[in-house]
Amino acid sequence: MDEDRDDKDAPPSQGLSRRGFIATLGTGAVAAAAAATAAGAAAGAEVLPDAAEMLKVTLTINGRRHRLMVEPRWSLLFVLRDQLGLTGTKVGCERGECGSCTVLIDGKPRYACMTLALEAEGADITTLEGLMKGEELGPVQQAFAEEDAFQCGYCTPGQIMAVEGLLRANPNPTLDQVREGVGGNLCRCGSYPLIFKAARRAAELKKGRTT
Amino acid sequence: MSREDTYWADDEPAQAPAQTPAPLPPWTETRIVGKPVQRIDAYERVSGAATFSADIILPDMLHGATLRCPHAHARVKKVDASAAGKMPGVHAIITDQSAGAQVPWYGGSRLFDPECRFEGEEVAAVAADTPYQAWDAVRAIKVEYEILPCVSSEEEASKPTAPVIAQGGNRAPGKPYERGNLQAGFAAADVVRERTYSTACEIHNPMESFGCVAKWDGSNYLTIWDGPQGVFPVQQTVAQLLKLPLANVRVIGPYMGGGFGAKLGASKYHIITALLAKMTGRPVKLFITREEAMLAVGNRPPVKMTIKAGVKKDGTLTALQMTNVGIMGAYRAGGAGGVDWVVRDLYLCPNVRTEAADVYINAGPSRAFRAPGHPQGAWALEQMMDELAEAIGMDPVEFRLKNVPTVSQANNNTPYSTTGLKDCLAEGAKAFGWQEGRRKGPGTGPIRRGVGVAAGLWQGGAGGPPSTVIVRLFSDGSVNLNMGASDIGTGTKTVMAQVVAEELGVPLERIRVEHADTGTTQYASASGGSKTVPTESPAVRNAALDVKRQLFEIASAVMKLPAEDLSIVDGRIVSKSDPAKKPEAIGTLPGFRSRGVIVGVGYREPNPSDRVTRPFAAQFAEVEVNTRTGEVKILRFLAAQDSGRVMNAKMFANQTFGAVTMGVGLAMTEARVLDRGQTGKMVNANLHDYKLPTALDIAPDPVCLPIDLHDTFTNTGAKGLGEPATVPTAPAIANAIYHATGVRCTDSPMTPERLSPLLAKAAKRG
Repeated sequence: MDEDRDDKDAPPSQGLSRRGFIATLGTGAVAAAAAATAAGAAAGAEVLPDAAEMLKVTLTINGRRHRLMVEPRWSLLFVLRDQLGLTGTKVGCERGECGSCTVLIDGKPRYACMTLALEAEGADITTLEGLMKGEELGPVQQAFAEEDAFQCGYCTPGQIMAVEGLLRANPNPTLDQVREGVGGNLCRCGSYPLIFKAARRAAELKKGRTT
Repeated sequence: MSREDTYWADDEPAQAPAQTPAPLPPWTETRIVGKPVQRIDAYERVSGAATFSADIILPDMLHGATLRCPHAHARVKKVDASAAGKMPGVHAIITDQSAGAQVPWYGGSRLFDPECRFEGEEVAAVAADTPYQAWDAVRAIKVEYEILPCVSSEEEASKPTAPVIAQGGNRAPGKPYERGNLQAGFAAADVVRERTYSTACEIHNPMESFGCVAKWDGSNYLTIWDGPQGVFPVQQTVAQLLKLPLANVRVIGPYMGGGFGAKLGASKYHIITALLAKMTGRPVKLFITREEAMLAVGNRPPVKMTIKAGVKKDGTLTALQMTNVGIMGAYRAGGAGGVDWVVRDLYLCPNVRTEAADVYINAGPSRAFRAPGHPQGAWALEQMMDELAEAIGMDPVEFRLKNVPTVSQANNNTPYSTTGLKDCLAEGAKAFGWQEGRRKGPGTGPIRRGVGVAAGLWQGGAGGPPSTVIVRLFSDGSVNLNMGASDIGTGTKTVMAQVVAEELGVPLERIRVEHADTGTTQYASASGGSKTVPTESPAVRNAALDVKRQLFEIASAVMKLPAEDLSIVDGRIVSKSDPAKKPEAIGTLPGFRSRGVIVGVGYREPNPSDRVTRPFAAQFAEVEVNTRTGEVKILRFLAAQDSGRVMNAKMFANQTFGAVTMGVGLAMTEARVLDRGQTGKMVNANLHDYKLPTALDIAPDPVCLPIDLHDTFTNTGAKGLGEPATVPTAPAIANAIYHATGVRCTDSPMTPERLSPLLAKAAKRG
């Protein structure tokens, strides 16, 4: 694939830049179709299952296995929020443009609205709730609170997950790497400068925990 | 009935309850107010514990979806929902034909009006078990439309053959404003300049979309979980339209994911959700999609503005004339006007005339959007000021400083309670390094660098009555603050808790805020117009003072000291005159436990009538322009803000950065694009093609410089901040681009597509 120059030059943020995300869309759609086909084959059918037919899926979310019935078209976002009540993950656009629904899939930030629940089977899914230790905030959450890195707080779970993913891949990001890392997460309140500060504070807090 | 949101009033109502005590002066020293304390609800907002209205899940709840007109102008001839109604999971479909659906909306129109005057106008709605099933059914409803001719620009709307969108014609002229003698003013000028500017249509796009959950208890009591800017305005409209007593409509909205003016009051989705819930006898949740929100719930009207200005060589402004035309959309729903206020009042000028008109087109109605009209007006005026400064060979900051008024010229020269405009300009310039930035020059390569300045004011920001607040002090010394106002992300709850902590000496951790619930909290107007802190904080202080008075009555008897001699230090009541006197802890004060609680009530007093209160701003930008591609990088940005007393330094900076980011959107990225002259449809109704500023579009490390003036117009002295801070941003960037390149871009947004031909032309000339 011809890569966009901007993306090739981009630091290894692990997150999705808005532009980078579009490039992965095509593969996402293929994967969705493949997942549906695989599920159909497993059920012994020759054709794709009916869109409204419920299928079994097992999802590993925040270290816990959930077995449930889903329609093949249900997004991971819908299942997290409406089926499992994990409303820490927010819905903003449902078409991979805003980042409010960012979760970690196998440690990498992904948009839950563009991931089918079936696609997420077998993956390790982490949501905002999964960063908590009981009632205690995780280091990225703590940093966001300390630095006032939000206003209304609605995009905040997605921003926090993007920073969490960034720091797992790159524990010492530069300012530009942080900006790239949250470049796929819109904040209409415009708290970006404080999100940048929070990301770097979170990097310090994380180090404090491990050493 | 009209569905125009009230936003700010030119004449603020001056009614307060008769028992209001004489206002106190603001604090001279503070312990907690003004300090950069952490938000009291930070934990909820970062842990996921905060329940936004979009997060509400009720037992037995259904999901709604709305069918919208896909044409810019069409008549609905027939709606056939028979097949859709039989689909799996579908419980109700509402159309214009349904019983009880003929609810009036906009002027003379109704909820599902058969004549759809804009793309996205509501035609029908569905309630089903899942949102997926609701959308299946929406797609299965067959509608026969008669497509009508549409207009999507001022030019098309003004043609004699244009379809009439509004009774009274497509052009609604406003009342002209005039002072002095314009002709004499131009005659006295050494330099006269005239130029036309335009701003694009912007869409609010809060990250939480628009919607609510509605549930009936019986046929007469309705609860709506919502995230509006004001729960009481939503309650009033819903009660009125559904013919319910106000007491029987409870609107609850403790958390909300952004509004920016589009959630000041009720929208059609509130009524539709309530009706679907009534039809099904089950709770219904209806949230509209991002695409629907782009079309149907408001926008900042695009404006074309012509300014003619006269100035003397010494920098004295002699005349200002502004003519502007705004595009209101298909209905009058708020958000129009306000464009000329900066021209009327920002600078000293004896001879001013402004004239405005609003034009109806077949597009979504405009609605109040952060400082309605002001960023548009500043876009024009502040670029003109830059041009005039150059024409007379004066520094742009110096030129502005020469014309700083101390009175509101548009309000019969009434003095400002405070004005920090001069400080914003002078101190801002110093902190930014303005002189060095100007001297440095643009450079010679393809990348040019420049700095620009712009100033602004906001016509609102003073607040006023009504507001009622209740503070309850429990006998263990903890406090419950009860107020109706919404915290729209500005930190309202935290600021109010700081005020209580200041007066009662109670730590913030011991203060809980109950708010934004028409069933259990006190009346408040919508959080908008940058008036929440100036409106509510004085009432909160009065309520805390009322508690203190009653507490001291009890303590006075116990301690055998006059109440006037008492004060609270760290939760203990002490004698002011005798430090040796044994203090009494609030939590163990005899006689308090048996009483249980002290209830204090506070009201908002009217503002003084002999002063005008306005917030001011001056902002400075440094940019780098790639003259080959038209790409612009904002390298540095400084915002100097006079919003009276700073209530919380941390949140003050945060809100300022947010306002500046939104201004960057106006300047650089945001524009609704209509398919003009063709279908009239919006071609970029999504967040990929309608570009909100991202983390990569703003200055990486902006600076907020608060001008912490201690105004005395209320007992807290805080003016509004959210709106004034977005007024000067875009022209500051435009002026910096001009400084860098010599290209004046008069139309927003300044995208590479728009800038590069201008740069190419300039290069040819140069």
